[in-house]
Amino acid sequence: MKKSQLTQNSRLSLPSMQTERLSLYYGKKAAFTDVTMPIYSGKITALIGPSGCGKTSFLSCLNRLTDLIPHTKVVGSIRLDAVEILNNRVDAIALRRRVGTIFQKPNPFPFSIWKNLAFPLKEHGIKKREQLDRLIETTLQDVGLWSEVKDRLHTSALFLSGGQKQRLCIARALVLQPEVLLLDEPCSALDPISSGVVEDLIASLRGRYTVVIVTHNLAQARRIGDYAALFWVRAEVGRLIEYGTVEQIFTAPQQDLTAAYVNGIRG
Amino acid sequence: MGEKSKNQISLPTFIVWAIALSVTAVFCWILGDILWHGVGQLSWEFLTTEPRNAGREGGIAPILISTCLILAVCLAVSLPLSVGTAVLLAEFTTTESRFGRLVRRSLDVLAGVPSIVFGLFGNAFFSIKLGLGFSILSGGLTLACMVLPILIRSAEEGFRAVPTEYRLGAAALGLSRTTTLWKLLLPAATPGLVVGLVLGIGRAIAETAALIFTSGYVDRMPESLLDSGRSLSIHIFDLSMNVAGGDANAYASALVLLILLLLVNGMATWIAQFWLARRIKS
Ligand SMILES: Nc1ncnc2c1ncn2[C@@H]1O[C@H](COP(=O)(O)OP(=O)(O)OP(=O)(O)O)[C@@H](O)[C@H]1O
Ligand SMILES: [Mg+2]
Repeated sequence: MKKSQLTQNSRLSLPSMQTERLSLYYGKKAAFTDVTMPIYSGKITALIGPSGCGKTSFLSCLNRLTDLIPHTKVVGSIRLDAVEILNNRVDAIALRRRVGTIFQKPNPFPFSIWKNLAFPLKEHGIKKREQLDRLIETTLQDVGLWSEVKDRLHTSALFLSGGQKQRLCIARALVLQPEVLLLDEPCSALDPISSGVVEDLIASLRGRYTVVIVTHNLAQARRIGDYAALFWVRAEVGRLIEYGTVEQIFTAPQQDLTAAYVNGIRG
Repeated sequence: MGEKSKNQISLPTFIVWAIALSVTAVFCWILGDILWHGVGQLSWEFLTTEPRNAGREGGIAPILISTCLILAVCLAVSLPLSVGTAVLLAEFTTTESRFGRLVRRSLDVLAGVPSIVFGLFGNAFFSIKLGLGFSILSGGLTLACMVLPILIRSAEEGFRAVPTEYRLGAAALGLSRTTTLWKLLLPAATPGLVVGLVLGIGRAIAETAALIFTSGYVDRMPESLLDSGRSLSIHIFDLSMNVAGGDANAYASALVLLILLLLVNGMATWIAQFWLARRIKS
């Protein structure tokens, strides 16, 4: 099998991240407070917890997508490779190139499949047609979409199936070669088969990207995660309850709440 | 579905159908009337010759040209202004911000102002204050003021109808706000822009009151934008109200006006769609 360029793309070192007493407020209301958590380089960190406990909010802090939501306030510290990113001197646009995001709902642009990938590439300075074509082909192969769409690259991406759309969105993030990838329930809108395909794809990113994934599917978290973090709402505010390796969280949790949640008693 | 038989029509259903049918009937009646009286007069010669004998005889060539010029001036000014304002309103102010609310409220009031008021304003401001006189330019600018509220509001709706996911998705790819605006949001908002354009053109092309005081009613061929020019709507008004025996040509002109309206709207829609299709592919 032809190894794609992205597969070979082993950077010298992938970045790690670390949050320190991180809190996010929507207006006066706190979404979550005091989250201190490491995100290890090249590993898959799974965020689990019931609805509304601030998982999505936490992810959107990590690439400062919160800047786009009016009336938000982020307190605390987030470091990407020891560099503080919650800092007005840090260019949020450059940051988001390094830290890519996949949303819960697949959101391909209303362009052709080809242009969905070419548009961000062109904007980031890759304009030569052959280079674009090559990058797009290898990335689509990487997400297992190439054989399905190679004959209709120039038709609208909005006609793809849900699973294909989500893989296209993953490809769109990967084609820019980010270092960290944030995935917000990437499989929740998909049927079990597509979900399995996307899950395998994510598992294959281990070691090539630093991955943070939010999932409601505990079995999935256990299958693909290296580390896991349980969030919970306490007094209407999201909190980090427990963090550890997947092994630890699922087989030897320190907190009763964690034990109850991972065993399906609560949540 | 209840037990009642299907061919029993309930009263509300009947009323709704009756209203729909009578609206359609009125439209068809107007259309039929204009066609019936106008189609006999219509010929190539009618479109390409100057009016004679106060419009009772001859054609409408200069009037057609003036109408198109007035419309062109109006769109050239109002389109960029309205898209710019809509972007400001939709992308850089929130729905609840005080500035946005103020602008929106003013636009809604402006949209309801009778056209004769715009005519008087255009006359006082463009014709007299700016010294443009009775000219196609004054008329076009006055019309631009008049259609601006409609264009802005529908363009704004167009931008607001673009899903937030696109904006977030673009931001997450490290794309700047300007790039997102021009290359993603604008093409995605095109349907809303087209709706506004169609409404705006419709209102502009049918306008009479605002033009009498600004572009005037000289029916000679205009030589520049600073010449006075008579629009089709004014021509129709003049022929049917002031010129005895002008009815036949008034009908023919009305028919031309209708055709022009359909043509311009078709073209606007087609251009927008063509542009959109190009955006999707390349
Ligand atoms: N834009 C916003 N403005 C105000 N409050 C918000 C906003 N987004 C989220 N919230 C609130 O913040 C809290 C956390 O929301 P968040 O979306 O992060 O939860 P989540 O863990 O991702 O939930 P789910 O599993 O359902 O996706 C919720 O109480 C939510 O109502
Ligand atoms: Mg969420």
